Amino acid sequence: MNNLELKKKANEVRKGIIEGVHAAGAGHPGGSLGAADILTFLYFEEMHIDPARPVMDERDRFVLSKGHTAPGLYAAMAERGYFPREELLTLRKLGSRLQGHPSMQYLPGLDMSSGSLGQGVSAACGMALAAKIDGKDFRVYTLLGDGEIQEGQVWEAAMFAGAKHLDNLVVIVDNNNLQIDGDIREVNDPHPIDAKFRAFNFHVITVDGHDFDQIRAAFREARTVKGMPTCIIAKTVKGKGVSFMENQAGWHGKAPNDEQYAAAMQDLAAIDAQLEAQE
Amino acid sequence: MAEIKKIATRASYGEALKMYAEEYPDLVVLDADLAGATKTEVFKKAYPDRFFDCGIAEANMMGVAAGLAACGKIPFASTFAMFAAGRAYEQIRNSIAYPHLNVKIGATHAGITVGEDGASHQCLEDIALMRGLPGMVVMCPSDDIEAKAAVKAALDYEGPVYLRFGRAAVPVINDREDYHFEIGKGFLLREGTDVTIVATGICVSASLEAAEMLAADGISAEVINICTIKPLDTDIILESAKKTGLVVTAEEHFVTSGLGSAVAALLSEHLPTRLVRIGMSDRFGESASAEVLVKRFGLDAEGIYKKIRKSMQK
Repeated sequence: MNNLELKKKANEVRKGIIEGVHAAGAGHPGGSLGAADILTFLYFEEMHIDPARPVMDERDRFVLSKGHTAPGLYAAMAERGYFPREELLTLRKLGSRLQGHPSMQYLPGLDMSSGSLGQGVSAACGMALAAKIDGKDFRVYTLLGDGEIQEGQVWEAAMFAGAKHLDNLVVIVDNNNLQIDGDIREVNDPHPIDAKFRAFNFHVITVDGHDFDQIRAAFREARTVKGMPTCIIAKTVKGKGVSFMENQAGWHGKAPNDEQYAAAMQDLAAIDAQLEAQE
Repeated sequence: MAEIKKIATRASYGEALKMYAEEYPDLVVLDADLAGATKTEVFKKAYPDRFFDCGIAEANMMGVAAGLAACGKIPFASTFAMFAAGRAYEQIRNSIAYPHLNVKIGATHAGITVGEDGASHQCLEDIALMRGLPGMVVMCPSDDIEAKAAVKAALDYEGPVYLRFGRAAVPVINDREDYHFEIGKGFLLREGTDVTIVATGICVSASLEAAEMLAADGISAEVINICTIKPLDTDIILESAKKTGLVVTAEEHFVTSGLGSAVAALLSEHLPTRLVRIGMSDRFGESASAEVLVKRFGLDAEGIYKKIRKSMQK
């Protein structure tokens, strides 16, 4: 897929996020929008997966360690064909397969239940280790928030991944510098993030998390790294694509009302128009 | 009476892992820098490629176990009960129990018989924490034979299992022809008519001894071994309670929240029966040898005997 196609897909994913969260009347649009380009690249380019065979043995695994951005993951999976797009409107409702935070018991193709921060990355380590034990060549990807890495378990997992040479593991840190209580640098600054992961024996790559050339190059580079896991620090804009949500901590876990929904969809339609014009 | 063989159930755990390794090629073992104490080193020596030391990082170990299980492995995550059920409780809840992954938690050094290390290491609430989790099987074997049978049963069961083992050597009591093990089934060790003793773990052999002492006083005690605390064998308990009209629970756990509580709930709902709960009262333990501590806190045969005598005088 070329960059323009990826951008279009990512914009569809963003629409799915807004539709789902609006229908639910709750959820986490900010981080989902910010991670939409990464999720799109993973599901449309990077990962060896097949929506028709969601639990095939040799698939690459993805663990959304920052589980609250489930609307982003669901929208990417729907767009990729795991389930009908209309199902996004059932988000967080009784009986839905789209639980508020990802639950693998509900939705085939979800590789791990997550949501309690800091835990997904350990499960990803376990999956990468399982591949090593069995000599299988599937790869494991996990997406963490930059606020999430305040959790001590993340560093237990990082130490483990480095020590066990899990070079089939890619940890992506969604670095948008915002968490619920505000700027991460004011709440409890986790920086320098790159130096920390380097110290834990990771190969570290920093990219603009909205630039598909950089994203593609980083994942390619990760495949060439042997003997150590890779950490991709993706500099992102929380709320990306919806003008009034961008860089606003307040949109971390809040649904748009009808008026805001219309405005958000208008912003995303404008992006579509821009992308059409580029063709 | 011949000298009774004594083996710590943690030793049985390590032996069983090694014993079943060939039969279950997906079995892998994790530990958190306690392989010498949890006895997983027995497995490690025999199968170094299937043993992974996670270091002193129990939260991560539980998550790694979850990830391994999600990819078809049968991981046994091993550490002391305090650091499994206690320290990593929420990891067990959200990464293992909620997705109902096939992880086995081998928790050794449970209870007061940790001994000299003292209260910080004497986990007396793990049964409470683990039985509160939907879908979690909780087992507390009474001796070497049962500990190995529980490991085998855990391997054959698809889903999360918490296995509770002890540090101190305990008498081998299940070396009998009619012994069989099944998850969720209690075992009637001794028939009686005056009182039912429902015991788990180290308190099973102590209860058998207490039953002998009661017999000398003309009191006929029935002894039921409950290895699986969840799911609880309600039939065997209710049937016995109906017969004796007095139930005593005995466990190396806080009385506020363990087997005694489970039995109390069962009886009050289905067959209100007089109940006496023997266990650790609502206080932390302290340092001393296991032998001294079980005596001090009334969890030995004499303690169980005295408490039953006292309750029958009322």
